[in-house]
Formats: sequence, structure tokens, C-alpha cells
Amino acid sequence: MHSFMAYVTMDRIIKFLLEVTSLYKIVLKETLATAVVKMMVHAPYVARKAKAGQFIILRVHENSERIPLTIADYNREEGLITIIYQVVGKATMDLNNLEEGDYIHDFVGPLGKPSEIENLKKAIVVGGGVGCAIAYPIVKALAEQNTEVYSVVGFRNKEMVILEDEFASHSDKRVLMSDDGSYGSKGFVTTGLEGLLEEHKDIDCVFAIGPIIMMKNIAAVTRKYGVKTVVSMNSIMIDGTGMCGGCRLTVGGETKFACVDGPEFDGHLVDFDEAQSRNNIFKNQPAHSFEEDKTCQLLKEVENGK
Amino acid sequence: MANKTQRTLMALKDSKERITNFEEVALGYTLEEAMAEANRCLECKNKPCVSGCPVAIDIPKFIHEIKAGNLEKAFEVLSEYTSLPAVCGRVCPQETQCEALCVRGLKGEPVAIGALERFVADSHNGILKTVPSETKGIKTAVIGSGPAGLSCAGTLARLGYDVTIFEALHETGGVLRYGIPEFRLPKAIVDREINALKKLGVKIEKNVVIGRSLDLKDLEDDGFKAIFIGTGAGLPRFMNIEGENLLGVYSANEFLTRINLMKAYEAKSDTPLYLGSNVAVVGGGNVAMDAARSAKRLGAAHVYLIYRRSEEEMPARREEVEHAKEEGIEFKFLCNPLEILGNENQYVSGIKCIDMALGDVDQNNRRRPHEVEGSEHIIAVDNVIMSIGTMANPLIKTLGIDINHQGLIETNEVGQTSNLSVYAGGDAVSGAATVINAMGKGKQCAYEIHNEFMSKREA
Ligand SMILES: Cc1cc2nc3c(=O)[nH]c(=O)nc-3n(C[C@H](O)[C@H](O)[C@H](O)COP(=O)(O)OP(=O)(O)OC[C@H]3O[C@@H](n4cnc5c(N)ncnc54)[C@H](O)[C@@H]3O)c2cc1C
Ligand SMILES: Cc1cc2nc3c(=O)[nH]c(=O)nc-3n(C[C@H](O)[C@H](O)[C@H](O)COP(=O)(O)OP(=O)(O)OC[C@H]3O[C@@H](n4cnc5c(N)ncnc54)[C@H](O)[C@@H]3O)c2cc1C
Ligand code: SF4
Ligand code: SF4
Ligand code: FES
Repeated sequence: MHSFMAYVTMDRIIKFLLEVTSLYKIVLKETLATAVVKMMVHAPYVARKAKAGQFIILRVHENSERIPLTIADYNREEGLITIIYQVVGKATMDLNNLEEGDYIHDFVGPLGKPSEIENLKKAIVVGGGVGCAIAYPIVKALAEQNTEVYSVVGFRNKEMVILEDEFASHSDKRVLMSDDGSYGSKGFVTTGLEGLLEEHKDIDCVFAIGPIIMMKNIAAVTRKYGVKTVVSMNSIMIDGTGMCGGCRLTVGGETKFACVDGPEFDGHLVDFDEAQSRNNIFKNQPAHSFEEDKTCQLLKEVENGK
Repeated sequence: MANKTQRTLMALKDSKERITNFEEVALGYTLEEAMAEANRCLECKNKPCVSGCPVAIDIPKFIHEIKAGNLEKAFEVLSEYTSLPAVCGRVCPQETQCEALCVRGLKGEPVAIGALERFVADSHNGILKTVPSETKGIKTAVIGSGPAGLSCAGTLARLGYDVTIFEALHETGGVLRYGIPEFRLPKAIVDREINALKKLGVKIEKNVVIGRSLDLKDLEDDGFKAIFIGTGAGLPRFMNIEGENLLGVYSANEFLTRINLMKAYEAKSDTPLYLGSNVAVVGGGNVAMDAARSAKRLGAAHVYLIYRRSEEEMPARREEVEHAKEEGIEFKFLCNPLEILGNENQYVSGIKCIDMALGDVDQNNRRRPHEVEGSEHIIAVDNVIMSIGTMANPLIKTLGIDINHQGLIETNEVGQTSNLSVYAGGDAVSGAATVINAMGKGKQCAYEIHNEFMSKREA
């Protein structure tokens, strides 16, 4: 102990404690839609470097799983990172049990490659459901570099709509779709996209982010039009640093690793069926189902506006 | 122990009991056993054993101190050469290093150098009484907290540098933490080594990925005068056979990380691990042995170890292979996977293999295996764990230092990269190797950094 004290000066201890005590503090929590929640977290290391398309990995508590979430926004000056998550299972539920002023145990990033948006004159961004949280920073970054940007956002119904104003204010045009027609136009995002592609023959790139099946369908549409398409793959991850190989997927017949080679890939080359199947490892597993009751309970609470 | 041709055996946990838990298998020497074994050392003048040790520990000198019962002294001797004696004494491939050259081995069994090293380290609290040199106020950064990074940081701190370790994960130790299982290397030992570093004033920043959270330029701008990179081996290799992305196929890294780092086997852990009752592990190194023995401990009824050459060629340590056999691992030598089969839900249902035969000797002096026509067969399994090596981490490319055609960091003989204030060592430079190699390189780089500053000061 004595040697430790000799080598660490008092002001350094104070600085260290200050840094540690404010790290990963939740400074804002806000419910955006049914079971979709936004948090702003103090993480200066991450905020300093964050770019559109990147993600973080967090652990809520000491024994929690490591889960990846996209950086939905950042504030470099204040060292803040925004995440938007959907409560779907144990880890996201535990996260949702934290409140403003609480701390997240671990929070690392930014991970993954930033979106490649340089030199794009005209682009379309398609977001589905909570995938809009991942799509929004790309829209924003495109708008900031003066790319002409069109967005198509789709939701199950009116209750599930998120980031409505954000998309509107950063897009040259925004098309809002809902599956049941309760808000915006009725139909899937593919319909909205086809409309835009018919109207604009000079689109450089389509970004599509949402459920795997949606991205697969979008890629089928853009293939028809011959437009380059980038998708963001939400593989199951552990370390997120290129060590475990759990996030692997097949792209153009080659094995790629979503955490270091992605998460964005050429939508015309990704093997979506395999990716879908790999994400289903949590289904049909007795070991995970004991949590299901609790999750349903929580989803109800969130739905009731808690 | 009158017969000096035989070594003093270390007590092992019973194999039936040990497959029910993750407790350490080898129990270590008692003082009497250690002294008996130490007395077998002839304290040879020319010290042949020392040249087999990658960090050149003065082996007869520390053994001499054990003979006299002077364990503090013995620990001091070890500490001059190694910062992780409790680790190396356990996991070094001694039989091909120091012990391979022991004179005792000519007519009997070599002195159990590793076991003695472990004994000395275990009987000590790991903290040297000697104080580090006066602080120089020079900031140095170490990237990665595996054995390479830990030994570099420890050496720099003792030389009086201000050291910060940056680690990507939420825990320190690298492979010592997430790769090598508890039953071979208790994590309490890793913790002890890391606590000793903290006592030396080393700062540790976890959850920082260099190349993403910070890059080398940021560290330089922050006033770090020298940087050491020890980021490890990288991504697991796959065989590129049909079915490798089915559910239930893990790389050994993923499987072991879920167990060791994320504690998937404990009820309180949220990280899942789905293991059926029949498991195939593909590969023949230490990593494959660790995966197989872990699967057994998690309750698998049959664990098959599939290796395409024969037992003789297997790179794993002999001791580990013996322990695996005792624990009931079923070895399939001269057997190579062709395809992984799945059921309608895309879960693994079996592995299709072909028998192999050994042919001519290849350039590495190993007999090259070839397929035996018509010998295809299917082994019914629920999981396949691929343990066939690693390839460089693509993140290294973003650091702006030269890499070779394999993606590994290029250094000169003293560990300097193309950026002269950045050094590198361990698996990130050599590809997957050993703890002692990584540790040795970390230490060597620390001294190089020190020499560089000393010569600048004099100039
Ligand atoms: C790069 C990336 C970015 C993501 N960004 C967002 C985001 O911004 N907002 C959001 O709501 N979700 C995002 N996700 C998905 C999010 O990680 C999962 O919803 C979360 O891990 C679920 O954990 P759980 O324990 O609550 O649910 P569980 O019950 O464990 O699982 C529910 C589903 O989540 C997925 N999942 C579970 N564990 C993991 C894991 N370790 N890694 C990845 N997926 C997992 C599986 O598909 C599973 O079927 C992202 C995923 C990736 C890979
Ligand atoms: C299962 C297994 C069993 C083994 N058994 C033995 C054995 O019995 N005997 C033996 O001698 N050797 C064994 N080895 C090999 C030995 O563990 C390695 O050679 C040794 O750990 C390499 O040390 P290292 O410090 O170079 O890298 P690692 O131990 O891999 O440590 C690298 C560290 O750097 C961190 N890191 C990576 N990228 C970044 C980044 N961008 N920013 C910050 N941090 C980063 C990692 O998270 C990790 O903590 C085994 C390996 C495995 C996987
Ligand atoms: S460090 Fe390894 S090689 Fe060196 S003496 Fe110890 S066990 Fe032998
Ligand atoms: S070679 Fe063997 S007997 Fe000789 S000094 Fe080394 S350990 Fe002792
Ligand atoms: S998450 Fe482990 S390699 Fe990508």
C-alpha cells in the first residue's frame, strides 16, 4: 500500500476518482414508444470518436451479458452517448430497470467500422422499427455533409413510431409507413422505397437497417434497380473486438466478422437466411425460457407507460 | 524418494471428481515434496536447462534456495527473470523447454522445474520487498493486458515509469483470463499478479479499444512517450466446410470466453451456453484440450477430440493429453471433418469425417496426412467446437504501423515497430505462441524503451 501511495499523487487520485465516478452514468432516460427507450450515457472516451454506423457494447451489472447497441447520437463536448433500445429479453430488461442517475457497469466503444458515406450525392436510408435508431445517425451524417437524403421509415403501428421529427428535419423527403395504416401510408418500407427509386434514377446508395427479413426484402428490390445497398447486421456478439468469432456471417461466400469487418455489409452479398438462423439460437432453448414470463410482464409494464 | 531417476509427483485431484467442477487439477507440492525434488538438481556448472528457458531463468540458483528452505530468496531469483512465475510454472510447455535440456533427463526424468517454480510462487504473496526505482514521471502506455502487456507494464513500473494499461475487455489478463480454464490456471492467481502491478502504481483502463476508442496518435498527444502493443493472436480460424455456421458450432475462443470470462456455467451469469450431450472438438493443441475438458465438466456425456494426424504429432502438452484421457475425452486420431450436419431447426446433428493416413514427411518434418478413400463416417454430436488456430485481428491494420502479409505486426529484433516510439510483442507479433514467449517479449521491450530514454538523456 505504501509504495502505491508514494507513486500516485493526491491530485491524480482525485482526478481518477472523478473520472470513475461519473463514468457510464445515465443522465437521461426517456420512453419513445412501446418498449422502446432512449438513454444518454456519460462515456467521454466513446463520445470523442463516435461516428455514424458504430456501436457500443455494454454490461448492465457485474454478471450481465455483453450486449451491442448502436450509437444513436453523441455529444463530444459533454461526453455523452445516446442509445435507443427495445426491451426484448433479460439484458435489455435489466438495462431498463436502471434510472437516471444510475450507472451502467461496463460500456465500451465505439466499435465497428463507421458508415462509408463519403462522396455520396444522393442516398436513401430505410429504417424499420427500432432499426430506425440505427438508421438515424446515418441520415444525420449524410445531411451534415450535404448529401441529398431521402428516408423511408416503417413501423408496425402508430404506437411504435420513433424519431419522427429527427428523420423529418434531416431528410429532403421522408416517407413514413405503417403496417396497418394507422399512421403515414399503409404498407411495408419496400413499397415506399420502390416509389422513391421510380422517382429518382440517380441514387448512389441505399442504406437499409431493420429486421433481417426487411433488409433481405429491401436488397431484393434494389437488386432489381441495380442500386448499391448497405445493410447493418446485428449478429450475436460477445467481445466485439475480433477475438471470439461468434459474430461471423457469410458475405459473398466468405466468412466475415460483424464486429470488426462490419457491422455494415453489401446487402447484395449477405446470406440473410443464415444470419436469421444464427440469431435464432435463443429460440427453442429451454434454458432461456424461464425468463420469458418476466419479460412479458415487463413488456406489459412498459406498454402501460411505466 | 531414494531413487533419484524419478521425479517427485505432484498430487492430482481424482479424475472422477474433477470432471464435476472447474477446480484446479494439479494440487502443487508440499514443502517436503518441493525440497525432495529440489535435491534432485545437480546444480550443473554449465546450466543446460537455462538455455531451454525463453527468459533464461537462473534455474539452479532458485532451486538452490529451495534446498536451503529459503523461499523468499528463491522468489527474488525468479523475479529477476519472470513477472508471472505462478502462471508459467503451471502452463509453460516445460517438457519441450527447460526440462527438455535437464541433465537428469539423460538417465531418468528431468527435474520438475515448472512444478518447483510454481511452488515458490504459490508460497509467496507475489509482492517483492524491493522498491521500484525512483519515479521518472515519464508516461508510457501498454495496450492489452495479456502476459505480454502485464510483464511489460510490470517491468516499466519497476524501472520507475508511469504506466497505464489499456484493455479492450471488462477484465484484465487476456488469454490467462478468458482462454485458459480455471482448472489449469485459477483466476485468483491472475488476480494476484494484477494486484501486484497495481501496488507498483500501474493504472488500468478497461473498456478501451485501441484503434477504435483511442488511436496511437491520441496516446501520443496525451503525452505517452512510449507505447507497447500486446493485443494477442486475433480471430479464430474456421475450416470453411459446409455447416460451420449452424447453431451449436463454436470457435474454441467463443466457447472458452463464454465459460471463463462470462462464467456461463454459473447460475448467476446471464450469458448463455448451449451444450448438448455429445460434443466434437476439432484440433490437437492446448486450446482444443481446454475446450474438450471444459465441455466434459459442463456435463457432456461424450466428448470427441478429432485430430487429423496421429497422437505423436499432436502439439498439445503431454500432461494435458494425459489429463484429458483420464477424464474420459474420446480421441479420434487420423480423422478429419468434411461437413457439419444439421437438423431442420439448423442445429448441429452430426459431423461427417473421413479417416486419414500418414504419408511422406513435409517441410516441417511432420508426416503429411491424406484421406483414406471410402472411409467417410458420421459421428452424432450436438455441438462442434473449432480449435484450429487463429489469424491476425483486422483492427491492427487501423493502427498505422507496418504489418506483414499475415496481418501480424512487424518489428525489428528489439521489438520496435515502424513507428519508432511504438513497440510490440507477444501473439500479436508472433502469431499464437506461448505465455512465456509473450511475457519475455513484453519484458524485453520494456528494457528497450528504458535504454532508449537513458541514451537520449545522456546524449
Ligand atoms: C451491431 C449491433 C447493433 C445493435 N443495435 C441495437 C440498437 O440500437 N437497439 C436495439 O434495441 N437493439 C440493437 N441490437 C440488438 C441488441 O443487441 C439485442 O436486442 C440485445 O442483445 C438483446 O438482449 P436481451 O438479453 O435483452 O435479449 P435476449 O432474450 O437475450 O435475446 C433477444 C434477441 O436479441 C438478440 N441477441 C441476444 N443476445 C445478443 C448479443 N449478445 N448480441 C447481439 N444480439 C443478441 C438475439 O437475436 C435474440 O434472439 C444491436 C445488435 C448488434 C449486433
Ligand atoms: C485456450 C488456450 C490455452 C492456452 N494454453 C497455453 C499453455 O498451456 N501454455 C502456454 O504457454 N500458452 C498457452 N496458450 C497461449 C498463450 O495463452 C498466448 O500465447 C499468450 O496469452 C499470448 O499473450 P499476449 O499477451 O500476446 O496476448 P493475449 O493473452 O491474447 O492478450 C491480449 C490482450 O489484449 C487485449 N486487446 C486486444 N485488442 C485490443 C485493442 N485493440 N485495444 C486494447 N486491448 C486489446 C485483449 O482483450 C487481451 O486482453 C493458450 C492459449 C489459449 C487460447
Ligand atoms: S519459465 Fe517456463 S521454460 Fe522458463 S524455467 Fe519456468 S517453466 Fe521452464
Ligand atoms: S540441468 Fe537439471 S540438474 Fe542441471 S542445473 Fe538444470 S535443473 Fe538442475
Ligand atoms: S463479437 Fe467476437 S469476434 Fe465479433
